[in-house]
Amino acid sequence: MIKRSFFGLAKPKLKTPAVAVGRQSDIKAIPLPQKVTLLLKSDEIGEGGLLIQIGDKVRTGQRLRIGDEDRTYCISPVTGTVCSIARHTGYLGRSFRSITIEATEEDQWDQEFGTEGGTPSQDNALRFLGSLPGAPEFKNLLDPRFPIKIVVISGMDRDLLVETNRHLLRTDRGDLKQGIEVLKKIRPVGRVVLAVPSDLVAKAPQSGVEVKVMDIAYPYTLPRLMVEKILGEAVPATGKLEEAGVGFVSAEAVMALGKAFRDRVMPVEKVLTVIGKDESPTVVRVRVGTPVRDVLESLNIEAGHGDRIVFGGPMAGQAVYSLDAPVGVDTDALMIQDTTEVIPWADTHCVNCGECVRACPADVPVNMLVRFLENGLFEEAAERYDLFSCVECGLCSYVCIARIPIFQYIMLGKYECNRMNQAEESHA
Amino acid sequence: MLSQKLFVGSHAPYWHNRSSITEKNCHIMIACLPAVIFGIFQFGVPALRVVLFSVSCAMIWEFLMNLAMKRPATIGDGNAALIGLLFAMLLPAAIPWWGVVVGTLLAIIVGKQIWGGIGCNPFHPSLVALAIIMLSWKGMLDFDEALVNYDFGFAAAYPLAAVKYFGSSAVENYPLSGLLMGRQVGGIGVTFGLGLIIGGLYLIIRGFIRWEISLSFLVGIFFTALFFNYANPENYAAPMFHILSGYTLIGAFFLLTEDSSSPVNFLPMLIYGLLAGVLTVLIRNIGFFVDGVVFAVLLLNVANPLLDKIRPKAMGGEIENA
Repeated sequence: MIKRSFFGLAKPKLKTPAVAVGRQSDIKAIPLPQKVTLLLKSDEIGEGGLLIQIGDKVRTGQRLRIGDEDRTYCISPVTGTVCSIARHTGYLGRSFRSITIEATEEDQWDQEFGTEGGTPSQDNALRFLGSLPGAPEFKNLLDPRFPIKIVVISGMDRDLLVETNRHLLRTDRGDLKQGIEVLKKIRPVGRVVLAVPSDLVAKAPQSGVEVKVMDIAYPYTLPRLMVEKILGEAVPATGKLEEAGVGFVSAEAVMALGKAFRDRVMPVEKVLTVIGKDESPTVVRVRVGTPVRDVLESLNIEAGHGDRIVFGGPMAGQAVYSLDAPVGVDTDALMIQDTTEVIPWADTHCVNCGECVRACPADVPVNMLVRFLENGLFEEAAERYDLFSCVECGLCSYVCIARIPIFQYIMLGKYECNRMNQAEESHA
Repeated sequence: MLSQKLFVGSHAPYWHNRSSITEKNCHIMIACLPAVIFGIFQFGVPALRVVLFSVSCAMIWEFLMNLAMKRPATIGDGNAALIGLLFAMLLPAAIPWWGVVVGTLLAIIVGKQIWGGIGCNPFHPSLVALAIIMLSWKGMLDFDEALVNYDFGFAAAYPLAAVKYFGSSAVENYPLSGLLMGRQVGGIGVTFGLGLIIGGLYLIIRGFIRWEISLSFLVGIFFTALFFNYANPENYAAPMFHILSGYTLIGAFFLLTEDSSSPVNFLPMLIYGLLAGVLTVLIRNIGFFVDGVVFAVLLLNVANPLLDKIRPKAMGGEIENA
């Protein structure tokens, strides 16, 4: 599957299968679950603690204020009663508060957005649509502090086997056009670029957007690599894309944005690709917060002891350990891997074969980097061996003959460096 | 709780290209086989004895070292066996048994384990052992002395020694086709040039070793030898002779390309190979030793970390020292 040039002068890449046309005409809807769970970042919760309590009644699409500031909120995807609030630790030790809502069968839609926020403006978007399905950090794009000059709308899917965005584009009936118009109104920028694979160019709107055709090959579907190709130069490795003046948003989010202002209802559904054990993808539509269990049950997929459940694709997804894990606004795919396919990592030393260096799309000296990271020298790794240039594609681990979890070391290094910087700032 | 399903939680990626160190070492050993089998036919049972004994000894030393260091047994990765095999290939068939025992001990323990095991060795382990033996017991690796009791039916003098001491007129005894087809004396696994080339090409095509290193080494040897030959054709042999004799081919495909002690970036690989080639011919032609490959490779092994500092700028990175 990996394509590499014999002389090693071109970077290797993984071809992702194009979406098979017509195999699945529409998106399968997963029934409303009995319970949904929302995960909130703990650091967004204000001094006064959570403003929601057990027993609160919520309506579908209701804005639930979670912190002191008006801009920290979450959207209830169902109508029902808050039944539990718990602490939860996620990827990289991030601390979350989980709010579980027991859903009633009938949706009662909240009217606040329809009456107060229905006109497309930056203020309304920030008040109601700070996170969108497919763009959990949509508020960064709207933040006036960032000097955004170009917005890239990605019609590509980040990871292998994932076809959420491409499927949505293929079955699009004008939502994208509407979304782009709204986006331009709420954040007027010089350039809006739509990145699509060659077979979906016809789906791009005729005007108002610059269309770029992209090769569907991993890792060139990752944001930073796509931006590099579109701009012709790389953005600085440290800092967010928005700080460099680039907004990056998925086509799914833009379509949800257009739909929200057209129909005056909050987007509460997420489209995701479910990748079964045989690697066959099914595109489904679920309520945000639906537990994995419900998704798998309605698709008749059995997840057994020792299998692996991954949010995201095979290269850069995140494994979850429980069937209760909820689908979030950033969950583009759900992959089930059979226990026989699970390849364990090893604790062998790096043998300096150089496969990772040749595979790295960002020219990071991975062989040196991993030596520093293994020994906990995170600052040196960042200063001397370009830790922050990593675009998080996972190809280094994929090709490692010593089976070192290099990608994990890199994420650990980034996490520890950020933690050190934050500690320094807070003590300064 | 016990009946609950447990899922494997680990970090991305969840796929792997299924390559492994064991696989790689097995392929390198397979690539050695044409030359080794030819050597066994040429030198007879003593050669077979040395090969088997060397591989076994290397694995035993590795296992004993694992026990002593209280580390998991690593003989399964095939690296110790490969070191033993390569060491045997460099030896004359008539080497005494204790030479093999001491040599593999030096290769595994001094060459590899004291640095931290696989991947941590700054030099090629087999060459470390060979160099120490070469300097400690001069006669043991003198092919003319070691193989004096053989009757081959061709010029049975070690070609490099002949050229060194009798000038390039001695080359006439060694037609290139003979050198290529193994009609020369030398180490068990180094006389059959064609076998080594086939093995090397196999490894290059399968991606187990890098063509940059092998090619630049041969280019380095060719042009340096050409220069010497041009300057003084009476004393110095022609380039092709240097390429097909001594440890050149095994060096190009099996010694210089060892992972841990060779660079990984494109330009450093070329410089590494080229300099090793130049140094080899310099040692052969004006140095003290008959064959320069051993010390040339070891010296360039030392230069590897420095060479590998020449690397492309990482994406979005700041320019260093700016």
